[in-house]
Amino acid sequence: MSQKVLLNATEVQIALHRLACQLIENHDTFKNTVLVGIQPRGVFLAERLKTLLEKEYKIKNVSLGYLDITFYRDDFRRSGKPLEANTTNIDFIVEDKKVVFIDDVLYTGRSIRSALTAIQSFGRPLEIELLTLIDRRFSRHLPIQPDYRGRQVDAIGGEKVKVCWKENEGEDAVYLVKN
Amino acid sequence: MSELSVNHLLGIKYITEDDIQLIFETADHFKEVINRPIKKVPSLRDITIANLFFENSTRTRLSFELAEKRLSADVINFSAASSSVKKGETLIDTVNNILSMKVDMVVMRHPNPGAGVFLSKHVNASIVNAGDGAHEHPTQALLDCYSIREKLGDVAGKKVVIVGDILHSRVALSNIFALQKLGAEVKVCGPKTLIPKYIESLGVSFEPNLKKALKWCDVANMLRVQNERMDISYFPSTREYTQQFGVNKALLDDLNKEIVVMHPGPINRGVEITSDVADSKQAIILDQVQNGVAVRMAVLYLLASKIKHNED
Repeated sequence: MSQKVLLNATEVQIALHRLACQLIENHDTFKNTVLVGIQPRGVFLAERLKTLLEKEYKIKNVSLGYLDITFYRDDFRRSGKPLEANTTNIDFIVEDKKVVFIDDVLYTGRSIRSALTAIQSFGRPLEIELLTLIDRRFSRHLPIQPDYRGRQVDAIGGEKVKVCWKENEGEDAVYLVKN
Repeated sequence: MSELSVNHLLGIKYITEDDIQLIFETADHFKEVINRPIKKVPSLRDITIANLFFENSTRTRLSFELAEKRLSADVINFSAASSSVKKGETLIDTVNNILSMKVDMVVMRHPNPGAGVFLSKHVNASIVNAGDGAHEHPTQALLDCYSIREKLGDVAGKKVVIVGDILHSRVALSNIFALQKLGAEVKVCGPKTLIPKYIESLGVSFEPNLKKALKWCDVANMLRVQNERMDISYFPSTREYTQQFGVNKALLDDLNKEIVVMHPGPINRGVEITSDVADSKQAIILDQVQNGVAVRMAVLYLLASKIKHNED
């Protein structure tokens, strides 16, 4: 197994700042916008962006929720291993809000498809956008594309993109892992 | 999260503590789901479940049906009263006929103990026991323990007394197994005639005095007097039963501590429990009912995940 660095700590930091600025361009004061981190791995990115928007760019009260998509997945009973559920924590109404889905890696698009179904349980959003740190090109199974992306990556089937966060893995970095 | 060690839920006796904890953790997520504005998830949309009730039930049947619908499963209902069982069809024939209509899971209540175990050996579907005679009622025990866990934080180390008709009660047996697997201490209390002779072989002690039992416990689970299962008189009169084994406000006020009062329903108000206790804050009877849906969703979800997807 070998791994290659796709983004180091500084590059992750730069990407985060750029993504935050792009969000501000489209959402201004975030008055009618809510961020939704997709469980489990999108939550770290979502929390980072919220902190960045509030601390660095002085935007007040950015709403952030966590959405678990386990019960909405289309590979229930098809995947080899059992699906593990996580907590959903959305304490606001998404009705007529602009929702930004946040996930670390966009690969087949199936998680996002599930998230699109799952979010309907919380109301009818005005619009939904997708932000992802890593966009794996040419690997989509569904017509889903990100509105904001940190880095586009070409990775072939056997390769895996691993996103590490300081609060979880001890460092900020993105690796391409080959088996 | 791992998966259940069994393919059927036939009784608490056949599952492990890890299975119970997994069901509880999954139920936590479903409890959040059923409190959303839209209370439905699509997980079981390709699963068909038959509810076979060979014996009357309101709560359990509604609870299962709701759990199945919240998981988007297709549901068919069957009750023995209006079926060919009356014409003499055997259990296996009845179930195989239903299964040939492409049913994946069977939820069954049956008056004969062991009906679920028997069926699981002969038919090719996942079986959930919704009560088999005086044997087991596993989902009731799971939701009772889940409610204790929710109210008191944990089941381990708690003292639970089960009061009433232990002899005819599947709820009592399943509760004893579940509570012991989760590390609680269990006593039973009731008229001697309604206590099974060998109860102590289960590691459960018998306390004939209700007041002493209540003083000892953290949780009192009051069972219903099952008149329909009593072929002979087990106690002189309902009035005498109430005087000795009915819980009332005065009795609880006398304890110097607040215990949790549970009841699996349906309540005989004024017999095993008075109205003021049943409607008090100490009683978590309606929480039990709400948790029942979440726990049953968890059981169905976890069992369904073990049915392998058929590619053709």
